[in-house]
Amino acid sequence: MDIDLSYQAMTMTAKQFGEMTQNFIRETAVATGAKKAIDKLTAPIWSWGQRNAIYPLHFGIACCALEMAAASAPRWDAERLGLIYRSSPRQSDVLLLNGWISAKMRPTLRRLYEQMPAPKWVVAMGECSVSGGPWYDAYNVIQGVDTFIPVDIYIPGCPPRPDAMIDGFLKLNRKITAENRGRFLDD
Amino acid sequence: MSEEMWINMGPQHPMTHGLWNLRVRVDGETMTAAEPIVGYLHRGWEKMVENRTYPQIIPLADRLCYGSSFTWSHLYCLAAERVFNIEVPERAQYIRTACIEMQRISSHLMWLAAVGTDLGSYTILLYGMRERELFLDLMVELCGARMTYNYVRIGGVRNDTPPDFERNVTRVLDTFEPRIRDLEALCDECETFRMRTIDIGKINAADAMNLGLTGPSMRASGIDLDLRRHDPYEIYDELDFDVCTHTDGDCYARYRVRMDEMRESVKIIRQCLEKMPKGPTRVKVPRCPPKGTAVARVEDPRGESLMYMVSDGTDKPYRLKVRSPNYVNLSASPAMLLGNKISDVPAIMGVLDMCIGETDR
Ligand code: SF4
Repeated sequence: MDIDLSYQAMTMTAKQFGEMTQNFIRETAVATGAKKAIDKLTAPIWSWGQRNAIYPLHFGIACCALEMAAASAPRWDAERLGLIYRSSPRQSDVLLLNGWISAKMRPTLRRLYEQMPAPKWVVAMGECSVSGGPWYDAYNVIQGVDTFIPVDIYIPGCPPRPDAMIDGFLKLNRKITAENRGRFLDD
Repeated sequence: MSEEMWINMGPQHPMTHGLWNLRVRVDGETMTAAEPIVGYLHRGWEKMVENRTYPQIIPLADRLCYGSSFTWSHLYCLAAERVFNIEVPERAQYIRTACIEMQRISSHLMWLAAVGTDLGSYTILLYGMRERELFLDLMVELCGARMTYNYVRIGGVRNDTPPDFERNVTRVLDTFEPRIRDLEALCDECETFRMRTIDIGKINAADAMNLGLTGPSMRASGIDLDLRRHDPYEIYDELDFDVCTHTDGDCYARYRVRMDEMRESVKIIRQCLEKMPKGPTRVKVPRCPPKGTAVARVEDPRGESLMYMVSDGTDKPYRLKVRSPNYVNLSASPAMLLGNKISDVPAIMGVLDMCIGETDR
């Protein structure tokens, strides 16, 4: 660290100093390849944790929401797979879209998606959120959510049975495992 | 000294059951104004069906209200049959009536499950959904779908009952009838449930009538009006059942009415199975109806639903107007909410049995 920088450090607030140090560490880790190595070592642990505790957002939109409820009812019991619905987007990591998205809902949905902390996935359940479904010529329905937010898993059906929904989440499990993404020093 | 403030609940909120927004003004914890905002699920249903032929509308009518899809497709077919001027075979009428009542039970069970989670009892959800599966299985046997049946046709029903259907229905009813008692025990004997519903969201008979409340919410205020009795459709005039009313007008009374209705529905299904005649289940219908208008109204699990149809002689309806019971019930909700505490919102709105699909259309 040369003299100029330490002079800056003296005039910094504590928060700015913390940020500078963090950036420095991250950049060094990336530049030296340490991040890559640690990521490779720890990625299986991250993905193990992520795939076994999938918390979808408790967000019932339309018909398919009833099948979502049925999936956590005694017969299918999705909770054994770690599917626990959280009511706040800040606490969830999967956005489960189960119904048609109207033009009035679109900005709110976009905001909900952005409020969720990374890593996050989006599951489109039912024809409506996949492609507009039965409302293909309705003036107020967005033709598929993938027109404005990225979707990871598509579950077709109108409505899909709860088994299909659980199958979709198992596919998401496999996707998370395959991604095998380490998160060392990520925010 | 007090300061009032507005609180927004929704569209993403665990209490909403669908997408809508409730704005309430609170003074401390007491609500002084309430304003429901709907339209988040609007898809232009009434305009859309003007571009569909008559049989194509049946699956769309199923998706109007997903909680009770059978009653909606049935209502559509009832209105269409009046435009087409056709008589439905008797056996089809009996099958329809039995299915409507099964749908009523599964809708009420879904409602109970939702109210259970709202009021903090996950057990009620688990039990309610378990019983609901029994009835969904019967419908799967009958028409292959769990929720959106697409089973009623203009001029009858799609197919006859499968073999052994009556035996299976009787078995399910025999299992279900004693289990209603279990469900009641979960709610009635739970101190929290009673505390959160008794004397909450009161509305008296005059207000209920003036605000246009229908269905169980109105019958809980002591008004004895049930379209199954007062404007009978299908074969309800030949059946023997009671209209359940309560006089308190609070959330608990609305819950009681729905529980009693389930018992009555069981009774009705049994009578239908007993009296069901043999015969055809469907008649042929022409492609285009004559010019004219028709109106049909039925008792939905949520209230009085009505369809008004105008035909101009082509194979597509010229206009189809839907009166949704929930839209009107929701507009009456400020009268129930005012004066209650903000923590009573889930109880009051949950017991109303919201279904936004039909509200916004
Ligand atoms: S896919 Fe079908 S069942 Fe699901 S929300 Fe859309 S219309 Fe309803």
